[in-house]
This record gives sequence, C-alpha cells and structure tokens, in this order.
Amino acid sequence: MKRVIERGPAPEPIGISVPRRDGIEKVTGAASFTTDLTLPGLAHARLLRSPYAHARIRSIDAEAARRHPGVIAVVTAADLPGVQLEYGHAVADHPLIATGKVRFAGEVVVGVVAEDAATADEALRLIEVDYDPLPYATTVEEALAPGAPVLHEKAGRQGAHRGFEEDITRDHPNVCSTFRQAWGEIEDAFTGAHLVLEGTWHYPMCYAFAMEPYTSVAEWKDGELTVWSSAQHPYMVRDDLAHVFHLPLSAVRVIVPYVGGGYGSKSYTKIEPLTAALALKAGRPVRLALNVDDAILTTRGDGATVQLRSAFDRDGRLLGRQATVRLDSGAYAENSPLVGRKAANRLGGPYRIPALEVTCQVVYTNTAPASSFRGFGAPQVVFAAESQMDEAAEALGLDPLEIRRRNLVERGERPWPKVRGLDAKLADDLALAAAELDWSTPPAPGVGRAVCVSASDAGSEPVTTATLRVHPDGSVTVLCGSTEIGQGSATALAQIAAGEMGVPLEKVRLVQSDTAAVTYDRSTGASRTTTLMGLAIRNAARDVKAQLLEWARESWAGEDAPEPVLEHAGIRVGDRLAGWGEVVRAWFAGDYGEAIGRGYLRKAGETAEMPPFWEVGCVGVEVRVDESTGEIHVEKLVTIGDVGCAVNPQLAEAQDVGAAIMGLGMAMREELIYEDGNLVNGNLYDYRVPRFTDLPELRTVLVERGDGVGVYGAKGGGEGALNPVASAIANAVRRATGARLREAPFTPERVWEALRERDAANGR
Amino acid sequence: MRETVEISLQVNERAQSLRIEPRETLADVLRDRLGLTGTKVSCDAQVCGACTVLVDGRTVSACTFLAVDADGGAVRTVEGLARDGVLTPLQQAFIDEAAFQCGFCTPGMLMAATALLEENPHPTEDEVKEGLDGNLCRCTGYAPIVAAVLRAAEAGR
Ligand code: FES
Ligand code: FES
Repeated sequence: MKRVIERGPAPEPIGISVPRRDGIEKVTGAASFTTDLTLPGLAHARLLRSPYAHARIRSIDAEAARRHPGVIAVVTAADLPGVQLEYGHAVADHPLIATGKVRFAGEVVVGVVAEDAATADEALRLIEVDYDPLPYATTVEEALAPGAPVLHEKAGRQGAHRGFEEDITRDHPNVCSTFRQAWGEIEDAFTGAHLVLEGTWHYPMCYAFAMEPYTSVAEWKDGELTVWSSAQHPYMVRDDLAHVFHLPLSAVRVIVPYVGGGYGSKSYTKIEPLTAALALKAGRPVRLALNVDDAILTTRGDGATVQLRSAFDRDGRLLGRQATVRLDSGAYAENSPLVGRKAANRLGGPYRIPALEVTCQVVYTNTAPASSFRGFGAPQVVFAAESQMDEAAEALGLDPLEIRRRNLVERGERPWPKVRGLDAKLADDLALAAAELDWSTPPAPGVGRAVCVSASDAGSEPVTTATLRVHPDGSVTVLCGSTEIGQGSATALAQIAAGEMGVPLEKVRLVQSDTAAVTYDRSTGASRTTTLMGLAIRNAARDVKAQLLEWARESWAGEDAPEPVLEHAGIRVGDRLAGWGEVVRAWFAGDYGEAIGRGYLRKAGETAEMPPFWEVGCVGVEVRVDESTGEIHVEKLVTIGDVGCAVNPQLAEAQDVGAAIMGLGMAMREELIYEDGNLVNGNLYDYRVPRFTDLPELRTVLVERGDGVGVYGAKGGGEGALNPVASAIANAVRRATGARLREAPFTPERVWEALRERDAANGR
Repeated sequence: MRETVEISLQVNERAQSLRIEPRETLADVLRDRLGLTGTKVSCDAQVCGACTVLVDGRTVSACTFLAVDADGGAVRTVEGLARDGVLTPLQQAFIDEAAFQCGFCTPGMLMAATALLEENPHPTEDEVKEGLDGNLCRCTGYAPIVAAVLRAAEAGR
C-alpha cells in the first residue's frame, strides 16, 4: 500500500493501523453471530415458499402440519389479525407473509415453528396450498408492455421514510417510483453540440452473498419484543417492528451481534417482522435462520438498463447529458426508490455538466425484491457514463485521461446546484492511478488499460448520536448504534474516541448496536460510519470535556485557586494536569460516579449541506483478452482510496480491496438469471462469486488530503472502489481489442459476440 | 422416536461420546451438541468452505459431512487452534494482515490454511491460491489472506 498524506496531524491512535479489536475473537471462533445464539426454550422456524412467480392463493390447508408431533405453530397471514402486515421503507407494500397473492417465486406463504428445524421441515411437506397462477412479468420490458400483468393492484402507501410521496405517484401500475434529476437547458446543449453519443447499457441483478445468511431470533416477554438479528441498521428495524406490532419504540429492543457481511444487503428490515410474528404465535422464542438459497430470494441488487446520450464540444467538454434509467426492482419496493434517486444523482458523475436530465423509473417485476447493495445505483450508471466518456475520447482523438481532466469538477466546486462542493481532488487521483499503470508507456499488443472515476453523494442522512461515559478511573465507554459488519467500525470508532479523549486505546470500550442500551444511529451504510459516527463521538467527547471543566471549577474553587484549563488529555489546574477520572472523583467526592457526554449530529452546521460527503471512486485496470475464447484476464487492478484521513490505514485499504474485488465479480461473472418465472441460478454453484484464483495483481494508494467533513478530514470509503470497475474493464477491453461491451457481466460468450460485432463493423 | 446411533470422536483432543441421529452433519453435532459454534455454516452445500474442519488431518465440509462418518476419528476445529490462549502463527498472521473483516469465513479459512501449511510448509503464492480456492470470502478480496498465509509460513506455521 502506498500513501499520499497531505493533511494536518491527528492525535494518536487516529491514523495508525492498530490491530482489529475483534481480531482474537474472530480467529479463535469465539466471535458470536446471531446464528450462534441459543435461548432457553428456543423453537425453530422454517418457511414454505411459493413455486409460482405470480398467483392468487385460493386456500391453504395446514391442518396436517398443525397436528404433526413437535409442531408448535403454523402461521399464515390469516393467523395474524391485529398485525400490520405490510411494511416498507419508501413504500409500505411488503407483507411479512403473503396475503392472498404471491408476486415472485420464492415468496413466503407459510411459516412453521417446531421443536427443531427437521420437524419443521417435515411439517412443511404436509401443507397444501391451492394456487391460481396468473400471468407474470419477470423483466422490465414485460412489466411495462401494454396489458402487462399488474403486481400491485392498490397504489403504494408511503412507507416508514418520508420524502418519497412525489416519487411514488404512479404513472403506470408497475412503476413503483419515478425520480427526475435535471438542471440547465438540455435542448440547447444538444443543438449546439459538436459530438453527440448515444448508447444503451445493461447491468445485471446481483446477489450480495453475505456469507452469514439472514438470521433472526425473536422473543416476547410481557408484551415487549426483543429481536437479535443480522441487521445493519438496528434502529430502522426497531421502527418497523414497532409499526408492525403497534408497539411503542421503547418496547422493541433490537440487538445486533457480529454480522457476517452485509454490503448493503442487510440494510433495512428483512425477516425480523416474520420472526417476531412466528414467536408471537408460538408463545416461545423463535429462531429463523435462512440458508443461502433463501437469502438470494430475500434481497438482491437492482438490475438496470441505462439509455444515455451525451453532448460534447469539439474540445471534449461535456455540454449535456440525458438519460433514462430503468431499474428492475422485483416484487416489492424495499429500498429501490432510493436506489433510483441515487442512480439518477450519480449519473452526472464528478463532471461539470451544464445541462442534465435524468429520469429513473423503478419497476416492479415478478422477481425477488431488490434493495440496497454496495454502490447503490452507482455501479449501474457509472458503467454507462464512464464507457461513454471513453467513446467520446476515441471519437475526438483525445487521451481518455485528458477528456476526464477537462471535465472533472475541482475540489470545492458543486457538481450540481445546491449540493455540497466536491471534497476531493479527482484529477490528482486520476494521475496517481495512471502512474500505477505506467500510462505513458504504451501497452503490449493485445493489452488494454483504462482509468475510470465516479462520485457518489454518500453518507445518507447525518442523523446520529453517541454517548461517551468517563469512569472514575479515567477509562471510557462509548455507546453507539453503528454496527460492526466487518468494516472495522469496532476498531476505528474506538480509535476516534481514544484520540479525541487523549486516553490510551486499551481504556476505551465501545458498545454497539443494541437499541435498549446504546443511543440512536440512523444506519450503518452509505459509507457513513467512520465519518458521521466519528463526528458524533467527537461531539460527545467535546460535551463531556466541557462538563468536566465545569466540574473542575466547582470542585477546586477557592480564593487563590488557579483557573482550570482544558487540555487534550485532562484539565490543567495550576502546574498539575488532572486526568478525567480525577475530575469525576473530585466532583462526586469519592471513588465513584461518572460523567456522561452527549454527541448529536443532525442536518445542521458542518453537516447541513447534503451530501455530508462525496464518496469518490478511482480505479485503473490492465486487461488481456483471449480472442479465441472471449476470456478476459484482468491482470492489474489499481484503486485510489481517497478517504480524507485514514483513521486506520490498514482497514481503509482493506475496504478498497474488498470493494474492488466485489466489483470485479459483478463485472465478470455475477448475474441472477430468471427463466419461465423462476430464478435458475439461485445457488452458489451456479452464481459464481470471485475466488482466490481470480485475484489480479492489486495496487492500492491511500490518499489523505483532509478534505472530508469527518474528524481530521475523514470521509467514507468502501463503495468507491467498486463503482467504476465494470466501466474500466469494458474500456480496457475496447482498447485491447476494439470490441465494445455494453452488457455486464462480461462472460466469454458476450465478449466473443462483441468481438464478432467488431469484425462485422470492420468489414471482416 | 427417531433412530439414533452412538458415536465416539476426539474433538480438539477431547474424547466425546454422543448419541445422535444418523442424518446429523458434523456441523450440527459440533455446533448444536458440543456448543462449538466457531465452525460456521454458510452455503450448506459444500461450495463455500465456511464450515471446513479437519477430520484425521484432512479438510472436510462439516455442513455435508455426516457425523457418523467421523466416528472414531479425530476432529479439529477453530477452537482447537490456540493453546492456553496462545495463538498459532497463522492466527496471529490473520490479525496482523487484517485477513478477515466480518470473520464469518475465517474459521473455515484458518482450518483450510492450517491443513495446507501442514502439507506444504513453504507454499508459493500460487500454491496458496490454488490450495484455498475452495474457500470463499466475500469481504477481503482475498489478497490479505494470501499475505497472512505466506507470513505464517515464514513464521513457521
Ligand atoms: S457451509 Fe459448508 S461448504 Fe459452505
Ligand atoms: S471476512 Fe467476511 S466473508 Fe471473509
């Protein structure tokens, strides 16, 4: 790993690659995940899923299952009066169990709770469901065709998150939401253009494959609900559960142990309402643990078709961009309306575009529901946008680096009206990536290189709190609602607390993700945790220090007493430095008590402007193509991790590498395929994720220019290195072979076809 | 009543006699009967390697390996690697290289790499990649795991 550091100093251990705090637990098998949890009286649930893509449920006969020895409860929608079955983030359209109709093959129709999972499986086989199959639409084209089967007869009801009211007014029954992003005079941009390019790109539906499939355990006691779950956002799950079961927020406790990977796929509510409903009917604590095949049917990434037109002047400057994006969002809205907004926002990229008009439609189809997935709309649109930038360079005889340089917004410049100015020097990042690829030396014949960039309005909403407790011995406990999903928040956030308080890291304990024990955090996603929770912890540290200063004044007041002065690691009283613990002891007049610091973060002050930060991506690749087989060999993969301030450089680099390899998988092989209404590769044999032997030569440069909103200029990472990967590979293939790839993943068949198209175009 | 059978195993050098159902996998027995939840199940179909344990020194996928087939054998799991709180060089190298993020693949990865290094104490980079190709990791992008295994090889496993 190389590092470019152009930021001010940060107090240790911020900026140091301390070992992960979850390390020993994770290498000894002691780390506890939801799947490892047991409770007294724990019962086990299994689910019956629809074999049909679209069908009315005529009747369910579960009598034999109910009578099966060892069965505790059999639950259908009809068994849940008084439960608000539909929930959702943008649109409350997702019933926790099918109500009268199924909308995709794999939808949950019946839940069985038994003494053990094997018994529940036996009982499932005794259930008879009479379906009335309906015509279905598993592609966006089918769903928007005249006379298409309608998935949701009723118009969408606003979900838990406000702000989508306009998006979800439907102009077509199968359009879940529409978002339009526009500025400037788009007509003029195209009339005055020297070059207009137009094309259509396809990005597949993908599966995040978090290795721990969705797992939840629910327990009711005295009308209060506790749920343990593999969830990224415990507070959002709490809110949905309270809504579904008509409970006060305080009656719902969501606890998240270690999470076995998320990548966005464990954002928002998944199987928690269903698990809680099963526990309610069973009168016992219930465990619902999906396997990978079921997890694929729970959430996937949105597939996309991007029609893109761009206008350039003769020097390669962008004059306008116009696009229609259609997302294949599956049977339920989930978070796709937000993915759609982000896709539209991220299509402008980090470029100065005088006029833009993007319409993004989120379309219901009879497939597994799509929701958040790492990159969040960006990988889909960046593939199109960055491919077209290279096409423009080629048409105008410009170096692909040069055309980007001419269009990139400067640091501080707003990519579009009313947003925060870009907080990165992308032209410099681009130069670093090019240098890693030896850009100025021409590649060998048959080898192609490319460098691509992206900018995502990241961070989600800056609504976050933290609590910082100072104990009488000077040690510190931090309570925060951010989840350790593998990204290293348990380590990086403790480093921030230690750095801000000036106490050794060993004296900081971080408690995370228990809605009854820690204070509110909106979410763990959108690369926001280090930046936004970091700021909340800093604010809590400031708050507690201010209190301690006051306490020092009160405790040590007197005629000639020197005025206490706040210092980094304690309070100076005359020529003596009193540690935080000493101040606590003095104020309580004993070896007890504690000081409580409150850290709030909201859309105000430094985080008033949206987005809270930009997450930039800058990736370079070098590829070789075997023209006889259509196989692409990605030989080098360069990522520039522009994170402002790397609180833990090793972990920041790890995010970049992990994201880039995930991007490689999606570009090269990953794609969920539907045939005849069914997912035909919904398992890990057929859905191929990257393996050890797919690893290219990797180079990472961490760039720290202190330009983010977070502590010491930190800003988010973890998605940026994924977003431009597909476009970079496609552009490099073009430069190696002359073939243009517009549909990901780049399977050998598709590459081979693109090579034949090239030959046809060249008259060969 | 379901049919049960009696099996005897050495698990991390401890003798265990258990009455189990013949359909129970080794993963079921380790996790549910012995409380050794370090062994993880992900794909449940012998594709991902998360459940890798050693039976008589050989790697098996505990998610599909029937416990009865381990009868009389010696099983090693992630819980058996460190002794008296002292990590093996491989475990230490995983920490030093940040060779995990979520840690869900890690127990299986450690067991597969332990077997690899026992068979080939000084593997090349390519041998590490080939040897671990049956173990998936979705977080790390693999590079730090390769580095950790090579580092452990240098440190003497
Ligand atoms: S869980 Fe056994 S191989 Fe995947
Ligand atoms: S560390 Fe998460 S899957 Fe490997």
